[in-house]
Amino acid sequence: MAGYRELLARVKEEIDEISTVRANELLDTPDAPLFVDVREPDEWEEGHIPGALYTGRGRLEQRIEGLVPDKSRPLVVYCSAGSRSAFAAKALAELGYEDVVNLAGGFSDWKRNGFDVTIPRVLTPEQRSRYSRHLLIPEVGEDGQQRLLDARILLVGAGGLGSPASLYLAAAGVGTLGIIDADVVDESNLQRQIVHSTDRLGEPKVLSAKRTLEALNPDVRVIPFQERLTSENVERILADGWDVIIDGADNFPTRYLVNDASVWHGIPVVHGSIFRFEGQVTVFAPGEGPCYRCLFPQPPPAELAPSCAEGGVLGVLPGIIGSIQANEALKLVLGRGDSLAGRLLLFDALGTTLDEVNVRRDPYCPVCGDNPEITEYIDYVEFCNTPVGLD
Amino acid sequence: MAAVRIPPTLRAEVGGRRELEVGGDTVGAVIEDLVDRYPALADQLYAGGELASFVNVYLGGEDIRTLDGLETPVYESETVILLPAMAGGA
Repeated sequence: MAGYRELLARVKEEIDEISTVRANELLDTPDAPLFVDVREPDEWEEGHIPGALYTGRGRLEQRIEGLVPDKSRPLVVYCSAGSRSAFAAKALAELGYEDVVNLAGGFSDWKRNGFDVTIPRVLTPEQRSRYSRHLLIPEVGEDGQQRLLDARILLVGAGGLGSPASLYLAAAGVGTLGIIDADVVDESNLQRQIVHSTDRLGEPKVLSAKRTLEALNPDVRVIPFQERLTSENVERILADGWDVIIDGADNFPTRYLVNDASVWHGIPVVHGSIFRFEGQVTVFAPGEGPCYRCLFPQPPPAELAPSCAEGGVLGVLPGIIGSIQANEALKLVLGRGDSLAGRLLLFDALGTTLDEVNVRRDPYCPVCGDNPEITEYIDYVEFCNTPVGLD
Repeated sequence: MAAVRIPPTLRAEVGGRRELEVGGDTVGAVIEDLVDRYPALADQLYAGGELASFVNVYLGGEDIRTLDGLETPVYESETVILLPAMAGGA
């Protein structure tokens, strides 16, 4: 029976090899081979060949056909010194891969030659533990979790909707949360605004939310904007660059302002609104679907649109709607699933019913239509107070 | 008869009901019948004798503006949804 050295020598006779110098020359060519790294995960995390595909040796045969369905694609297999990868190259050839070579000298030789190395961003052991339930979901996984950690989401309002939305986004590991709110925590908020608490009465909401969210998850940085969003400050706030906006405002002027700014900046808005027992939630994705003005070209007169402060709201309702908003925002960041763009969900907490209506982009929309009439910020308070004419 | 879903902001005018059965072969006729029964709704739904532009009306999940507007036919047991914008979020 052959010993290891003998077996290795025999395998090497059956496969082709490439030098690290030649492999490096191929790296930037149009028909560069795909490098397949078969080392242990900790070796990969310390650095790898740029653009390489990682699949540990243990599950190579099991996983490779899913990862590389094209068996004619040229592959360069490597490990640290070229021995483990020799066996891997032979296994790949046996699986039908037509052009497989082993990297002679492996990654050690690659590094010795001073060739480029990519150090992958990896989750810390604490993050692996914290986000373990996300890492188990194929649609999220490590890549998705990194996306969340890199994501920047702006919340308009740290109130009923902003509370649950920000809590779940922070818990999910969304790395940067901007929060705009000019108010301070009031006793009447605490029936539903769960990001705040009794010991925060009188404290600015953005600072109270920052304390809660950063205590929940130290990976999250909260940028507080203790001001009311206006035509004057919107460009400054958006200049920071945001991936998604969560609209949890409590008035029409702000909602129309958020809409116009998001269309012009191309930022998707997850819209939620609540009153008594009913909630509405949808996504406005600029360039892909309707905007808020396509759905509601005109705000209703004030007497027909009482706020929650005037008409009341069931405490749990923003919990439900705000959580749906967080769900939509997470999907937008992850690039997974079907968003609510083009669909308005209507939730009725009394009947526990969920209805859905279609929302279509209006080609005559003054902001996102084919020939927009409104191309710069207007006086939104005046716009919302102007008596509505006929259609 | 068709059903009309009444939004929370208009329920005070209809005795707190969330849904009402009304007659009419078109969306326009359904809304007229509704206003005949509950005249206080007229101020909330009409502006200058026409359906106000801030009131969205849906039939079968579609905005009637993308159908035939008030002329859109309504069949037995269909539900018309009246949906004004809501600003509340706090």
